[in-house]
Amino acid sequence: MTDRPLVAIVVFPGSNDDRDAAWALGSVGAEPALVWHEEPALPAGTGAVVLPGGFSYGDYLRTGAIASTARVMGAVREFAASGGPVLGICNGFQILCEARLLPGVLRPNRQLEFVCRDATVRVESTESLFTRRCKPGQELVIPVKHGEGAWYADEGTFVQLAARGQIVLRYQEDVNGSLGNVAGVVNEAGNVMGLMPHPEHAVDPLLGSADGGLLLAALIDAAAAHVVAVPA
Amino acid sequence: MLIRPKGGILDPQGEAVGHSLRKLGFDVRTARVGRVVDLELETEDAEAARGEIHRMCEKLLANPLIESFEIHVNGS
Repeated sequence: MTDRPLVAIVVFPGSNDDRDAAWALGSVGAEPALVWHEEPALPAGTGAVVLPGGFSYGDYLRTGAIASTARVMGAVREFAASGGPVLGICNGFQILCEARLLPGVLRPNRQLEFVCRDATVRVESTESLFTRRCKPGQELVIPVKHGEGAWYADEGTFVQLAARGQIVLRYQEDVNGSLGNVAGVVNEAGNVMGLMPHPEHAVDPLLGSADGGLLLAALIDAAAAHVVAVPA
Repeated sequence: MLIRPKGGILDPQGEAVGHSLRKLGFDVRTARVGRVVDLELETEDAEAARGEIHRMCEKLLANPLIESFEIHVNGS
């Protein structure tokens, strides 16, 4: 046993940032555990769940659509319903939207080009579990790498989300045609977040930025709190 | 079934296709790109099949936020 909070990282066929996420989470204080998508349950003592980046099922049908029906997603749903923190990164964000655990949907980039570079995002809300270590309005430099990152929701939903503080991260420029330059959203309860930028690629200044570590460290804080609040 | 991007939804793929057709000299005002899914079901009951496919669309095949779908049933 270790006193590091256990963070389950779900591996789908076509996930490719699962091991980077495990390394990054380990470097900021978590005990990462890779969990195959066919598992019926999360490991005992799971404090948080990460759905990593990649191209699950080759992005067939719609990005994230097929993965959203995976067996483990039933357990992820229950975990989220119990208040457990769930973070979806890039393809993980797409999966959470397709699973209807997050509002909206990710569409092909407006420019129809894969975008791969550092992006500056502004922290719009520090109320969510994931942004508690950030200052309101703080700008984070975190890399993006995606072809389908244009977040979309209908106007009514968008206005409501903004009013409730569920739009947590916005790009400081138009990166992919995302509505309102949205880069990350949370669910109404504030315990499920999705974002297109990759915090796991920004945890060490040597790699250009350590700003992603703020989000991952907050996730680990929340994981520790969840294990205490809801023992397995 | 036919799955289409809903009206008003930005369709970058359709725009790129329209642009290419215009470059080839075709007089195309707009192009929208959707998807066709052909399914074979065991049932002989067309209405039952239609209902079942409707549920498939809602659960997986289409995303109602951005896509509309149309079901055509052919007996064999």
